[in-house]
Amino acid sequence: MSSRGHLQPWIAFLGLFAAVALPLDAAKAERLLPREGTAGWVVILALAIAAYAAVKAQRSALTAILLAFASCAGAWAALDMLPGLAGHTGTGFWALLLTSWLLAWALVAQLSAIKPRAGPAGFGLKLLVPLLFGAWLLIFWQVIVVAFQVPSVLIPPPSAIWAKLVSSIPILAADFRQTFLKAVIAGYVIGCGSGFLVAILVDRVPFLQRGLLPVGNLVSALPIIGIAPIMVMWFGFDWPSKAAVVVVATFFPMLVNTVTGLAASQPMQRDLMRTYAANYWQSLFKLRLPEALPFIFNALKINSTLALIAAIVAEFFGTPIVGMGFRISTEVGRMNIDMVWAEIAVAALAGSVFYGVIALIERASTFWHPSFRT
Amino acid sequence: MTTLTAPGLAAARPRSLEKPGQLFPVTVVVIAIIAIWYVGAFFLNAQLARDVFARQKVEPSISQMIGATYSMDRPLLPAPHQVAAELWKSTTGYPINSKRSLVYHGWVTLSATLAGFVIGTLLGLLLAVGIVHVASLDKSLMPWVVASQTIPIVAIAPMIVVVGYNLMNGQLGLSTDTSRFLAKAMISTYLSFFPVTVGMVKGLRSPDPMHLDLMRTYSATGWQAFWKLRFPTSLPYLFTSMQIAVAISLVGAIVGELPTGAAAGLGARLLAGSYYGQTVQIWAALLAASILAAVLVAIVGLANRIVLKRMGMAR
Repeated sequence: MSSRGHLQPWIAFLGLFAAVALPLDAAKAERLLPREGTAGWVVILALAIAAYAAVKAQRSALTAILLAFASCAGAWAALDMLPGLAGHTGTGFWALLLTSWLLAWALVAQLSAIKPRAGPAGFGLKLLVPLLFGAWLLIFWQVIVVAFQVPSVLIPPPSAIWAKLVSSIPILAADFRQTFLKAVIAGYVIGCGSGFLVAILVDRVPFLQRGLLPVGNLVSALPIIGIAPIMVMWFGFDWPSKAAVVVVATFFPMLVNTVTGLAASQPMQRDLMRTYAANYWQSLFKLRLPEALPFIFNALKINSTLALIAAIVAEFFGTPIVGMGFRISTEVGRMNIDMVWAEIAVAALAGSVFYGVIALIERASTFWHPSFRT
Repeated sequence: MTTLTAPGLAAARPRSLEKPGQLFPVTVVVIAIIAIWYVGAFFLNAQLARDVFARQKVEPSISQMIGATYSMDRPLLPAPHQVAAELWKSTTGYPINSKRSLVYHGWVTLSATLAGFVIGTLLGLLLAVGIVHVASLDKSLMPWVVASQTIPIVAIAPMIVVVGYNLMNGQLGLSTDTSRFLAKAMISTYLSFFPVTVGMVKGLRSPDPMHLDLMRTYSATGWQAFWKLRFPTSLPYLFTSMQIAVAISLVGAIVGELPTGAAAGLGARLLAGSYYGQTVQIWAALLAASILAAVLVAIVGLANRIVLKRMGMAR
């Protein structure tokens, strides 16, 4: 934390001065203080104290709290004034926003300089920093879209997306049920399961192993979603055709990873199993499958994303009038971009939770692996 | 095939001797897949063929049935030779700039793929360099990059295409073709950007701490340490992530052609085929896309091998 750590609060002071001195509104020459009254004083004081603390006492809990409070207050004030200023924001407004952002950035720099610790405190810290970043991303998105009056057919502000999301929960739930609970889960289970079983079969025959692995690797790189129109033709418009695309998309990554994983045990370990007079199944279940678990979970994680993508894209080729992919493509056509974003938010949430659940299972079942033992 | 009997020995052999051992099994597997395809084509199309014969009030013999199932106009599953013939006809049968030529459609998709891939790789590299060198970027941005891998990004594709297209065609006044091209390239950029970032962050952190210490004892600047140590060590990671990126960027370009009612490109070919039930055309477009993907991945792999060999890193 050298010169840059010192520079940020000084720039923040300059920004604060600009925020007070320059007009908030481009149309009317009106400054922050008379316009906002007491709230304005609170915000300015908070920003000034936080910047002063950041200059004076470089790293301490009190500074962090002051910085957090000040940046929140500044952002809140900016967002609060935003609707009245839409389209004619003045330089003072931007100075206020950027000052708050600078202080938030100083906070992030302070937080990320803390040595990572184990336990819930360390975990919370690891979560807090990206959350701060995400929150500021949303704030800038909201401010820029509203301040410049970007037409909502291009990009709607996050507040509009949230409103749409809350008001159309039944539709979103129906789409989620159709695409995720039916097509993705069914396809994922069948695809991963059959990939796993075939991999165990293939593993017994070295000839097949050498023949199938390069082919499987190649197929993993192909644009599998292209088979969607064919599957729609074979299995009809409803979810089974989407599940079929998911099966094909998830099969090969699982096959390749499991075969690689089954070969991952050390020759020494296999020799040990042989000296124990273990038969094929015993050495499979006690040595080789556990050794293959990290690879299998890798495939499961890759597949969780692939499955959702495959199901959504497959719906672009024809579906009944429900489903996430269907909703996205029709609402885009009707220029209801806020609905599209709401659907994407649901898809993103579903994808991350799906991935997170698998990652948790992985942690629970491969706790012995070096990558988790650190 | 002496290597078959002693797999333990095969592993100990040098790689140059191991390679030819793969060719035979792969050929057998490919032939088996084609055979299964033929059998599948027979059974899937049998019902359609029987309907045709029933309408003509003919009791078909086995050879007639086989002939009929393998030469349908709109089969459920076209036989491999039909697809190959269609592929050959549509790539060589028409002039390259004709709308019926698959080379034309392939080029439309390929150009967007490549543009997106190059820009995405450069952006991903830049971001990775930033993440590795700035601690607060690492703590705040990296979790989002990782999380974004779990999100079905392709779902945004139709929106980017439509919105980007409207923005560029309507507001900026670009021509229809350019706008479509740019919109597709944007999706490919977006998709190829994340694997490169994740791979390169790993790669730029891969140098041995001992080597980094050595650079410090040489009193190398950050820039020198980057160019002479971090970047060269990260190259294998770069190429691996570029292979993923080029494959997914082709997927992005194809998906990007689905919602705009694009008239050209492999994705548009797929969509048109599915509207009009032209299965042979779908399969030909699919095969063309697969060949394109395989060739692109192979080119990156080849570049990988050449670069690593010249740097003396090949193993």
